[in-house]
Amino acid sequence: MSGSLRHVYGWLLLTPAAILLIAFTHYPTVATLVESLFSRGSAIRPSKFIGAANYEAMLDDPVFWEVLGNNLWFALGTIPTSVALAIAMALLVNRALPGRGFLRLAYFTPTILPMIAVANIWLFFYSPDIGLLDNILGVFGLPGHNWLGDPDTVLGAIIVMTVWKEAGFFMIFYLAALQTLPPELEEAAKLEGASRWYYFRRVVFPLLMPTTLFVLVNAVLNSFKLVDHLFVLTKGGPDNASNLLLYYIYENAFSYFDANYAATLTVVLLVLLAIMALAQFFFLDRRIHYR
Amino acid sequence: MSSLAISPNRWSIVEALETAAAWLLAIIWIAPLLYAFWAAFHPSEYAVHFNLFAPLTLDNFREALSQAPFLRYGFNTFILVTMLLVAQFVLCTLAAYAFARFEFRGSNIAFALVLVQLMITPEILIVENYSTLVELGLVDTITGIGLPYMASAFGIFLLRQTFKSTPKELEDAARLEGCGLFGVLWRVYVPLARPTYLAYGLVSISHHWNNFLWPLIVSNSVETRPLTVGLGIFGAPESGVDWSIISAATLLSVAPLLLAFLLFQRQFIQSFMYSGIK
Repeated sequence: MSGSLRHVYGWLLLTPAAILLIAFTHYPTVATLVESLFSRGSAIRPSKFIGAANYEAMLDDPVFWEVLGNNLWFALGTIPTSVALAIAMALLVNRALPGRGFLRLAYFTPTILPMIAVANIWLFFYSPDIGLLDNILGVFGLPGHNWLGDPDTVLGAIIVMTVWKEAGFFMIFYLAALQTLPPELEEAAKLEGASRWYYFRRVVFPLLMPTTLFVLVNAVLNSFKLVDHLFVLTKGGPDNASNLLLYYIYENAFSYFDANYAATLTVVLLVLLAIMALAQFFFLDRRIHYR
Repeated sequence: MSSLAISPNRWSIVEALETAAAWLLAIIWIAPLLYAFWAAFHPSEYAVHFNLFAPLTLDNFREALSQAPFLRYGFNTFILVTMLLVAQFVLCTLAAYAFARFEFRGSNIAFALVLVQLMITPEILIVENYSTLVELGLVDTITGIGLPYMASAFGIFLLRQTFKSTPKELEDAARLEGCGLFGVLWRVYVPLARPTYLAYGLVSISHHWNNFLWPLIVSNSVETRPLTVGLGIFGAPESGVDWSIISAATLLSVAPLLLAFLLFQRQFIQSFMYSGIK
């Protein structure tokens, strides 16, 4: 195709998608930055430029720190466990064993359910006294507990549920990776008399490293983006003990109607996501070099 | 030497143990969902009393349907997902075609800017995107729920990869036959990318069927509310709704997707796998 026409056609084909991407990704990113520098407007006092004052207020906001800490604990609680379980699941169902199709299905099914439905099911497990968990404890003569109402257990309860939801999703990537390993490796390990654990630790796990990095990045992203369950389970409570950053942004924007503070918090989330994007870039880069 | 003699035996014992572990884990994993089925199909007094002879009933479903318009919610979700899929296919195909076959000026920068959306998804920017919808007058419309997701960086990325791997000779042959710009796209690139469309389509359907936060913010009437939002406001524990009825409502909401998944497991799992590996 002739030179200049190529540029015109290229841009014309891109235009419909570009308009929407700019409108709902690039423009709002910039607008969020701008909004975070303005004060909250009201009927009598219009919004005005206040520089970094929103950020100073945020640093003084104990809820902000609590929410950020919760996000950190939530990530630390869900990611290593679900990744370890995902590897275990993939290893278990990677060989011929009775009912393999059903086993894979059982592990993967929570992935296909909406988080809101999962929360509905688990809400009943956790509800005090009448809930399934307390009923099971009761059989063993143990006392019931208000799992979601106690600030000490609420985050743990949500972490367990999230691990259940996510492990099967990560499993499929490990399954795909395991299928690319040559079977001779295991044969050789058997002949050498290596224990299965040794074979896994020294051979399989290092070879799964690229998959683990990919899964880790996804898991970290999910831990910041996934807040649906809070709407059903706790509404961030009790006393913000289970509140996460994106849910706190939602509360500020749509419950307290402070769009400027919500924008300030969104900037923090954007910075965190940018750091992860760079990390992913770095990891993917390394993966190419070392192959 | 002795290790050689013992190890095959030892491995087989370990394998038996592993099979048992795999089944135990699977039973634990499927139990919450099975429990939801149990609660939904039995009268509420059996919600925590497991008895093989407990009477089966459909009353919980009838009750859930009478308390909230789940059929309407389901219809809304269906319209939303269908509209999104068609729009995504069209927009992403055109953009991916541009990136794959037209080395236009600034295409590298433009592609990098597209990829930003992989990280900054529209629900991160709820505050600003909501004001944009207000200005467009699209609050509380199904179009408004779908609009931010129609140009999907993920779809553009996947299709670009696929189009790039299509042999150039096929395009040249089609041109000799008299195909124009869109003729080549429609007759060569799109048909050869069918597996990518299937994979992307299944991932997109699952994602938007289950999406909650953005639809919650945008919709506020029965006519626009998708299933997830309807379910979210239905199960408020303060209202003291019966567990069995909530379970029935939950199953109603997930049934279409779950059924599709059970029927086409292979395709679903392969699609998720494929879209993750890229």
